[in-house]
Amino acid sequence: MNILLMLVWIIILFCVVMLHVAYATYFERKIIGRMQVRMGPMRVGWYGLLQPIADGIKSFFKEDIVPDRADKPVFLMAPIICLVAMMASLAVLPFAKGWVLADIDIGLLFIFAMSGLASYGIVLAGWSSNSKYSFLGGLRSMAQVISYEVAMGLSLVGVMLMAGSLNLTEIVEAQGDSFLGMYLMPQCIGFFVFFVSMLAETNRVPFDLPEAETELVSGYSTEYSGMRYAMFFMAEYIGMMVMASIGTVCFLGGWNGPFPVPFFPPLWFVLKVYMFMFIFIWIRATLPRYRYDQLMGLGWKLLIPVALGNIVLTAFMKAIIG
Amino acid sequence: MTRPIRQRLEVPVAGGDGERYSLRMGPQHPATHGVLRVDLELDGETIVECTPQVGYLHRGFEKLAETKTYAQGLILTDRLDYIAAMANNVGYCVAVERLLDIPVPMRAKYIRTIVAEMSRLCSHLLWLATHALDIGAMTVFLYCFREREVLLDLFEELCGARLTFSYPRIGGVRQDVTGSFIDELQRFIDIFPSRIAEYETLIDTNRIWLKRTVGIGKITGEEALDLGLTGACLRGSGVDYDIRKHQPYDAYDQVEFAVPLGSEGDVYARYRCRIEEMHQSIRIIQQCIDQLPPGPIVDPDAPDLVMPIKAQTTIQAGRSEYGTGLIRLLRDENIYITGDVYVATEVPKGELGFYFISDGNNRPYRMHIRSPSFIHIGALSQIARGELIADLIANIGSLDVVLGESDR
Repeated sequence: MNILLMLVWIIILFCVVMLHVAYATYFERKIIGRMQVRMGPMRVGWYGLLQPIADGIKSFFKEDIVPDRADKPVFLMAPIICLVAMMASLAVLPFAKGWVLADIDIGLLFIFAMSGLASYGIVLAGWSSNSKYSFLGGLRSMAQVISYEVAMGLSLVGVMLMAGSLNLTEIVEAQGDSFLGMYLMPQCIGFFVFFVSMLAETNRVPFDLPEAETELVSGYSTEYSGMRYAMFFMAEYIGMMVMASIGTVCFLGGWNGPFPVPFFPPLWFVLKVYMFMFIFIWIRATLPRYRYDQLMGLGWKLLIPVALGNIVLTAFMKAIIG
Repeated sequence: MTRPIRQRLEVPVAGGDGERYSLRMGPQHPATHGVLRVDLELDGETIVECTPQVGYLHRGFEKLAETKTYAQGLILTDRLDYIAAMANNVGYCVAVERLLDIPVPMRAKYIRTIVAEMSRLCSHLLWLATHALDIGAMTVFLYCFREREVLLDLFEELCGARLTFSYPRIGGVRQDVTGSFIDELQRFIDIFPSRIAEYETLIDTNRIWLKRTVGIGKITGEEALDLGLTGACLRGSGVDYDIRKHQPYDAYDQVEFAVPLGSEGDVYARYRCRIEEMHQSIRIIQQCIDQLPPGPIVDPDAPDLVMPIKAQTTIQAGRSEYGTGLIRLLRDENIYITGDVYVATEVPKGELGFYFISDGNNRPYRMHIRSPSFIHIGALSQIARGELIADLIANIGSLDVVLGESDR
């Protein structure tokens, strides 16, 4: 019975998240359109509201092309690895008090593990495609994910120290429900490092090197088409949402807001996540792209030392203040 | 002249064991601006050898021109640098006028100067748009296209075409400018400096932009001269050479403008040069509007090459319907001027030269086009060697090549 209930919850969460992913693309296209003095999608449905559905149906019916000399099993599996890993990390996210599928004690580590796995998908896609653009995209992604995963992990150590737990629900509760209780203030250095590595981790501008279209055509996903391409796309957007959720949970006080919302407690959580998404899009409309070696330099020479310093500082403060 | 491979090569960024592989970039690639193909030898992401391959857009214009009368040859120049077709038209007309010794009325000269500078703005806007997009700044692209659209609308009002104008005629221009055209143009150049400032806030103060452009693709002044670079690519390296200034044609000797110079010769210097050139173009257009003299727009001594007498009289009588056929074919009339001439004009990309040999026929015996894009692509292999793929993209953008012109 319990398992059945769990399955129902999983299906509900899956559907809700997929809907959000679909409309996150719409959200992005509309906002970026407005920022670039154009309209964004307008044709399908009222103000283009059905555009994500049309896109989904279109990619579903497209031919699934496998390049001639690609490593077929790996090629077919790579997008699935990506999507499944990203989906799995949804399980530990606390959307509100008690609104969590798996309230495990190593929530944060689980998410790191899953986003690490997702980069396997990208690397394998790049290597199995038998295309040099994909290969370069895979190489870039591997180097980028390794460097920035380190920086991101270190940036959250401060939060772990302050909360004394890796359980995401406990991290939120440790921040209390007051505005000043948010870890954004005491952990502002950590937040800075986290934010930059979050952009890199999700392959967003200015760190979208693995899929830099003007350099590598489409990077690791060059050879993909149809639904498999859409899977990478979905994985990227779920990745954005997961990272935004982590940011919300660890720095912005999760579901806590100025006043509790009856009937729908996750409202503040969702708003904060969408605020992050908006900033993602805003940055995309504004910034150029980093170069590969500059990206590495930024990660290893700036972010990691800063994050390490933050850990020392946090530990020191905690030892003094208690 | 071979340049030593740069220091960075000795520390391979990826693929550590120094194993090389080749990558064919293009002709279908988002950043090669049309149909440029670049054969790359790579070590990781570092370029060891870079060989540009051109010719995918070859249409044989130089040969084709030998079968056309001088007046007909004009339309071929529309398809050279299709981003700034007007500048090519003007260049062609100036060259033929010098060959056949045809004077041009002052009003036509001023109008030509205005449209040539408008086309420089068009070209620089499109260059900035795509260059920024190549480096990843997406919004600049659409902002630039917003302004370019205004210019194209103006061109449409002037001559009915948005890209392939064939507006200047040998010995003048096709139609006179209207009052509303001048008003619209005035309105545009009044707001345009603020728009340039808008682009600059987006990219010029941006640290990532500076990181991607400063010190990348360096060419010294001497190297640039050796490679035959012209236009902003040469001026970015600090060489003061602008045909508009040093061998003026049309009304350029009547207006005041500065030749912006860079010093570093990198991608950023070329970028600054072109931005400053846009400001100078506005200055030139403003002066031309203010000084625009009255008078005829086509030289009366060269009617045979321009348009039939009937059409001319209709225009002079102020009626809007022209006679049929604006270009007289001149099948049997020879022009009896023999000799050759090379005339260069400053188009947005650099020095566009037309070389004609006339044997007295009404068609050129030989026409050669010195196209700046072709020569600039030749410089690519020297500039890009030892840099990263990402820099190659920045360099292609910064050399501002158009393949229609390069392949002719």
